Amino acid sequence: MSVIKTLATSKRVIKQLYHDPRTLVLLFVVPSILIVILRYVFESQKVVFDSLVPMLLGVFPMTMMFLITSIATLRERRSGTLARLMTTPMSKLDFIMGYALAFFLVAFIQSSITVFITLSLLDVTVLGGTFATVVGAVTSAMLGTSLGLCASAFATSEFQAVQFMPAVLFPQLLVCGLFAPRDQMSQLLQWFSDLMPLTYSVDAMKQVTMSANWTGDHTKDLIIVLGFTLAALILGSLTIRRQEKG
Amino acid sequence: MDTAVRIEKLSVTLGGNVKALKNVSVDLPVGKTIGFIGPSGAGKTTLIKSIVGMLKISSGTVEVFGRMAGSSELRNIVTYMGQELSVYTDLTVRENLEYFATMSGQTRREVKATVKNVLDQVDMTDKVDALVEDLSGGQKQRVSLALALIGSPKLMVLDEPTVGLDPVLRDRLWTLFDKLSGTGITMIISSHSMDEAERCDDLVLIRDGHIIAHDSPKGLLEKTNTRNVERAFLKLVGERE
Repeated sequence: MSVIKTLATSKRVIKQLYHDPRTLVLLFVVPSILIVILRYVFESQKVVFDSLVPMLLGVFPMTMMFLITSIATLRERRSGTLARLMTTPMSKLDFIMGYALAFFLVAFIQSSITVFITLSLLDVTVLGGTFATVVGAVTSAMLGTSLGLCASAFATSEFQAVQFMPAVLFPQLLVCGLFAPRDQMSQLLQWFSDLMPLTYSVDAMKQVTMSANWTGDHTKDLIIVLGFTLAALILGSLTIRRQEKG
Repeated sequence: MDTAVRIEKLSVTLGGNVKALKNVSVDLPVGKTIGFIGPSGAGKTTLIKSIVGMLKISSGTVEVFGRMAGSSELRNIVTYMGQELSVYTDLTVRENLEYFATMSGQTRREVKATVKNVLDQVDMTDKVDALVEDLSGGQKQRVSLALALIGSPKLMVLDEPTVGLDPVLRDRLWTLFDKLSGTGITMIISSHSMDEAERCDDLVLIRDGHIIAHDSPKGLLEKTNTRNVERAFLKLVGERE
């Protein structure tokens, strides 16, 4: 792996986004708009909104980053540029880490904007503070990025890539504890949710709402999410093939 | 004569049931412009992908400069231009060139020199800061070719590089190929256009997954007693059927 090639790949991906301002605006603005809409859905129930929104700060950036990265890398596979790159001395890890770093930066900006709007403009108070909320949201968006990079390997068209969102993320969303406490679900679903990364991402955001101090459980949740992120990146790089079967 | 590419008993089956190449053997010389000529679906692209190392070979061998095709040592000296554009259309010409030059392992200073050099070669200096998506089809094709010129290739493998281009541009590109070949680079160029064949030093005629002839254009016409490569091709096909 080469740091220069990895950073050059990140720079190239960011330049591509820079040349597509509409996508950038959608990326940075849509999660905030969704949170604002939700605020007025719960207009007369501010307490409910305050308890729900930190978890959604993890979910919204994650789903958006999943979608954008899976389509971006799929486009690379289908346009022939990835195949061409694989004929150069570039390593597969340079490619995948370059993508990851670029989208991690995007995820950081996106999550920071969303958290800023939620905590300042919508006047939401989170017990754990701004820093812990940003860390949780960014970690979650990074997870979405790496899952998207990995999922793109299994899609052969944009239609399939889009369908991976309900297939990969929605089941996790249903069992992560956002809609119902996990200990009230059937045993089978509890086991399933124990294996899913979004469970820990949402749990980390729950910790932020429950304690003013950084807890051991919070750290454990974040480490697990980062572990899943790294595993998805490694799996994603393994799915890149220099050679087709002949 | 030194051999750039040695292919022995190569058979390739695509998708489990399409026999794209059938027991193909051929030696390709160093420093020549070699045309892979044949109709669509003949197996030219599969042969090209086998040489570049994009196909996992399960039957037969493909050696490039004495190494197995696809070896990491070959990645700096073998460049490839596929039938798809394979360029980032949402980047400028310069950004594409700088990125691919960096991926080929060049330093920042070398990258700058490379960009200037390859743009001169494909006559695209005035479009350096244009987005590729805003260029015409022929200009995009030249950007794709420029990427294949990056580095110090000893072998350039170009899959239908002139398809869809107007006759003037095609002629210019063939002049460039001649120039590159003159510097000692081995050029493998596929085409289904028989009139381009006569500009090659060496011809490999391919049909239905078989190599039906490998000779110089002159040698081919003499052997088949025909006036042009198209007639030679038809005669050879007729003899085989």
